[in-house]
Amino acid sequence: MNDQSNKWIGKRTVRPDGADKVTGRAAYAADATMPGMIWAKVLRSPHPHATIKSIDTSKAEALPGVKAVATAADFVDFPVDTPVPLGIQDMRWMSRNMLAKEKVLFHGHPIAAVAAINEEIAAEACALIEVEYDVLPFAIEIDDAIAKDAPILHDFMKFDGKPSNIAGTLEHTLGDVDAGFAEADVVIERSFTTKPVHQGYIETHACVVSVAPDNRTTIWSSSQGQFMVRAMTAYLTGIPQSNIKAIPAEIGGGFGGKTIVYLEPVATILSKKSGRPVKMVMTREEVMRATGPTSGSKSTVKIGAKKDGTIVAGQGTFYLQAGCLPGSPIRGAAGCAFAPYDIKNVHSFGYDVVSNRSKVAAYRAPGAPIGAFAVESVLDELAVELGMDPLKLRLKNAAKEGTKAAHGPTYPRIGYAETVEAALKSEHYNTPLTGKFQGRGVASGYWFNAGGESSAQVNITEDGNVVVTTGHPDIGGSRASIANITAELLGINYDQVSVQIGDTASIGYSNLTGGSRVLFASAMVVTESTEQVIEQLKGRAAKIWGIDPSQVVWEGGEARPMGEHSANFPSMSLEELAAKANATGGPIGAGSQSNTVGAEGGFATHVCDVEVDVDLGIVRVLRYTCFQDVGRAIHPSYVEGQLQGGVAQGIGWALNEEYIYNKKGQVDNPGFLDYRMPVCSDLPMLDCGIIEIPNPKHPQGVRGVGEVPLVPGPAAVRNAVHDALGIWIDDLPLSPPNVLAAIDANSSLQAAE
Amino acid sequence: MSDIRYLAPQTLDDAIAQYAAAEGAARILAGGTDLLVQMRSGLLKPSTILDVKKIPELTAIERTADGGFKIGAAISGAALEEDPDFGKAWPGVLEALNLIGSTQVQGRASMGGNLCNGSPAGDAVPALVAAGAVATIKGPNGSRELKVEDVPAGPGKTNLKPGEILVSFTFPARPKGSSDAYLRMIPRTEMDIAVVGVGVSLTLEGGTCTAARVGLGAVAPTVLLVEDAAKALIGSTLDDAAIEKAAAACSAACNPIDDKRGTIAYRTKVAGVLLKRTTAIAAERAGRT
Repeated sequence: MNDQSNKWIGKRTVRPDGADKVTGRAAYAADATMPGMIWAKVLRSPHPHATIKSIDTSKAEALPGVKAVATAADFVDFPVDTPVPLGIQDMRWMSRNMLAKEKVLFHGHPIAAVAAINEEIAAEACALIEVEYDVLPFAIEIDDAIAKDAPILHDFMKFDGKPSNIAGTLEHTLGDVDAGFAEADVVIERSFTTKPVHQGYIETHACVVSVAPDNRTTIWSSSQGQFMVRAMTAYLTGIPQSNIKAIPAEIGGGFGGKTIVYLEPVATILSKKSGRPVKMVMTREEVMRATGPTSGSKSTVKIGAKKDGTIVAGQGTFYLQAGCLPGSPIRGAAGCAFAPYDIKNVHSFGYDVVSNRSKVAAYRAPGAPIGAFAVESVLDELAVELGMDPLKLRLKNAAKEGTKAAHGPTYPRIGYAETVEAALKSEHYNTPLTGKFQGRGVASGYWFNAGGESSAQVNITEDGNVVVTTGHPDIGGSRASIANITAELLGINYDQVSVQIGDTASIGYSNLTGGSRVLFASAMVVTESTEQVIEQLKGRAAKIWGIDPSQVVWEGGEARPMGEHSANFPSMSLEELAAKANATGGPIGAGSQSNTVGAEGGFATHVCDVEVDVDLGIVRVLRYTCFQDVGRAIHPSYVEGQLQGGVAQGIGWALNEEYIYNKKGQVDNPGFLDYRMPVCSDLPMLDCGIIEIPNPKHPQGVRGVGEVPLVPGPAAVRNAVHDALGIWIDDLPLSPPNVLAAIDANSSLQAAE
Repeated sequence: MSDIRYLAPQTLDDAIAQYAAAEGAARILAGGTDLLVQMRSGLLKPSTILDVKKIPELTAIERTADGGFKIGAAISGAALEEDPDFGKAWPGVLEALNLIGSTQVQGRASMGGNLCNGSPAGDAVPALVAAGAVATIKGPNGSRELKVEDVPAGPGKTNLKPGEILVSFTFPARPKGSSDAYLRMIPRTEMDIAVVGVGVSLTLEGGTCTAARVGLGAVAPTVLLVEDAAKALIGSTLDDAAIEKAAAACSAACNPIDDKRGTIAYRTKVAGVLLKRTTAIAAERAGRT
């Protein structure tokens, strides 16, 4: 839909950070180094659950080369009975996740940290720290954690008045489900499980922190939000935010997993104690053991429909693993599961369950793929039962403008139905499968999307170019997109715009890169700032010409006199106006800060073809198309990149990714060899059907794009496997042993062979 | 960090002397694709590393008098691939070796290293067992020969005596109508470790299988020579009944564990499936019409 008059919006411009990244010049956190810098390592719990009786660091401190040792006692205390929320986190839990306090809650839980002149001495010193434990029984899986006699992780946590590992619940109700089911001709109910999966960012967590004697602190780190790093470090160390400068390094993947801190406050205290800059870099094993995957889950979904396919009731119960401290994304699971559909009676309930696993972190539409996996799987079975095409069933029940969703909103203009229609009409969906044991599956998905706080500054340089500064780490091509928008608004060349990511001292507060919010929100503040700059430019031209500013128009990158003056003065370019800036009022530039609103939800529909090797249980994806309403594709290449990346992660979640625990409560596959994300050769080219229904509440029509593409994936793959084999498999992953076991348990398929 | 002594002897005799002198504190470095990873993970902390790639006997490719091959234990997969003859005689051994790792790793990893690492899942080993390759080993007490299937002693262990170095592999001459193949099961398409690996070497005369050997990996503490599977194939025309019998023999030979890479039931079944597929490829290469 990109307007042909647009010169830059919708163009595949070269990303400003591209050359640096492909040539290795881009500076990531682990590239940072400083004179006098020392290294820190973390001592981690050997037990999945134990009370800490004592910690003796004296031998570690005495080791030559050791410069500082830190334990939880060195940080600000957050009592468990006083909530301190920060975004979706709570500092009570962040502090205990960063360094264990009363108890260790998972194998790999940090207990203490040592800074020394090199990593080897730091590691050696960690081994000299003596910790006395009272080892406790542990619970890893949801069923073990909610069993009657389950070991309780937190004495202060109660459910139904009794100590419990259920940390919280969330309920959405619309209409009357019982009445709805009573009307139904067909009711399908099924239960599902999914495994925790990790975001799988290639760059491990890393930081360098330097604290000056007067406590002024500089942090270089890889995160999805330098302001989040600043706030959490301030909370945990007691250093005021104004004394902390958090500098965002380039980021080698985050996917939600870098929206919290693990290292920065620890390095800050070690730097403060030692007087030296301190560097910390996690190993892959540390990332896999002690940083947040997303939740594993168990859920039950029941859907009732009339014979004509009208869905009359939907009910879902979702148990999500929080890891060892409260905070699983039940909102995403319970809230997004039924969101693509216009269903009059919905009841959706989520349980937040703690167990002796690493604390979960956000992962691309947190919780939503879990809800969608259950609902979209049941819908597929409903379509079979009704003898309806699964896409037509979805289209018949599609939410549209005016639909009241169970999680709250009444939708404005949305593009869900368009994604289903595009899938129905696509060449992909209309090309028959011909091979044996091939199958096609579909699924849809929803994500809330987010607005929130963003700041921008747009400055005209003395030579007539533009520097735009925003406050968001760029994890999906946001710099290129902002440059497209700025060049479009100013009517200048893309190459004239340089987009920078400011540190916390050089740009106003900007919430983190998450919730699919960055381009939505930063485009709004950049647009406001640029419009102010254009007003200034018109004013400067008016001043030079001696006419009223209302008689000046900004067009094609220059100021032109209008009306009666139109023939009196030659137009003035940005370069000419910049050169005369000092004589006309000084530097030209403007900033804008806003708590943005109007980020409407995003919808996608996926079509997946698979082929199953029925002797080995291997599922191969043959073809995959993602149809998504993106509002407006400011930079189509990076929209496609987001779609393809999300789809690849969804396929991984469906097929082979899982956390495997051994009997001792330890992760048994803490590396990319046995934690199997798809490799390039596992995937076909992932096709994108970009649908543009502009968001009416955004100046460029932007909707969030980054998270929805993960949501339908696991269900689309599972439904395709059913189409190939005629077997419903309700437990992820669809790994070869699991698929072969399902085939072996199904005599009808063996007979068909 | 403790210091590591790196030695790179130019002759086999020097290597044996230095290895013996280190008294068990040394590790042999061929390609290093297992050793360096194990050192980095903290699993191994050798005080001496003995690089054997500068020793001529360990890096030579020779034809034997009877028309077979003698292959240095430290030759990389990439180097062996460039030999004009070896891959024609032993395509299964070569494909097994070059399933290991990425292109970069294939420029380093060797058959000797794969065997001495002692992993039951080493890809080259079932193919070497099927090929009937014989390992030449030299130590302070002289030279000896061991069939490849007799080298592994268990996960991470070999039957090499202290001070002994694996020097080379000898492959027999190939009668007309012979070939081999190797297949492994991995959940992904690349970058993985075998959940089951099967090597089959066979000879066909006028449509009848006159010789066969079957090597089976990742289903027991060591790579297995499955004689019952070979017996089922020998004398048959590789008809369905014979293949089924051989597949059943492979499944019966399995003594696997349940672990993160596969279940007992899965490995046992897949061993039979892969026997069928591997035999079909080897037979086609051997000229079955």
